[in-house]
Amino acid sequence: MKLAVQVNEGPYQHQATDSAYHFTKAALEKGHEVFRVFFYHDGVLNGTRLTTPPQDDRNIVNRWVELAEKYDLDLVLCVAAAQRRGIVDDGEAERNGKDATNIAPKFRISGLGQLIEAAIQCDRLVVFGD
Amino acid sequence: MADLYTVNKSPFEKNSLEDAIRFSSEGASILLIEDGVYGAMAGTAVSDLVAGATGRKFYALRADLKARGIAEDRLIDGVELVDYAGFVDLVVNHDKVQAWL
Repeated sequence: MKLAVQVNEGPYQHQATDSAYHFTKAALEKGHEVFRVFFYHDGVLNGTRLTTPPQDDRNIVNRWVELAEKYDLDLVLCVAAAQRRGIVDDGEAERNGKDATNIAPKFRISGLGQLIEAAIQCDRLVVFGD
Repeated sequence: MADLYTVNKSPFEKNSLEDAIRFSSEGASILLIEDGVYGAMAGTAVSDLVAGATGRKFYALRADLKARGIAEDRLIDGVELVDYAGFVDLVVNHDKVQAWL
């Protein structure tokens, strides 16, 4: 089955992001297609490669990256939410005159249309948030 | 086929479990995750609400019960435990999924 996942909360603040990860991983391991994971609101903070948790804690960002590398997942950050929170890729850095980027590999920044498209294309949309 | 609701709030903090039960149709399933799993405990102020919700099937995520130290023998009769793979199966086997955030 074709599934889409939406994450509305940031890592380390709320369990939503852990729940979303474990759900997505389980779905992929069962052979389902995860068409897209859309990160909205504080959820975009899942996509900064500068995250450096203590060594004995889970690295939530790298965990998404590894899952995306293994299954070629489409990890999309909402552009308006990302701009507000300072999550920047090359295109955004150029457009907004920023001196650095911080987006993690395998993530991309795009618009809300990507969420709507996922909702239309997929059999189910599963939302994780507060 | 029926709808699946996910409830992630403790029923002692928010009304989302009560609302999910009230607004759900006969045959709906309610999956308790995160702090929502407190709603699966027997002998609480809300356990009669859950036990008395006829025509609704209740599930709770085992990992979230364990993370909160809730022993499986303290649950309301009829609440079925699932792991994340079981969560995926519930999503697949219901028509719609609504997160009761």
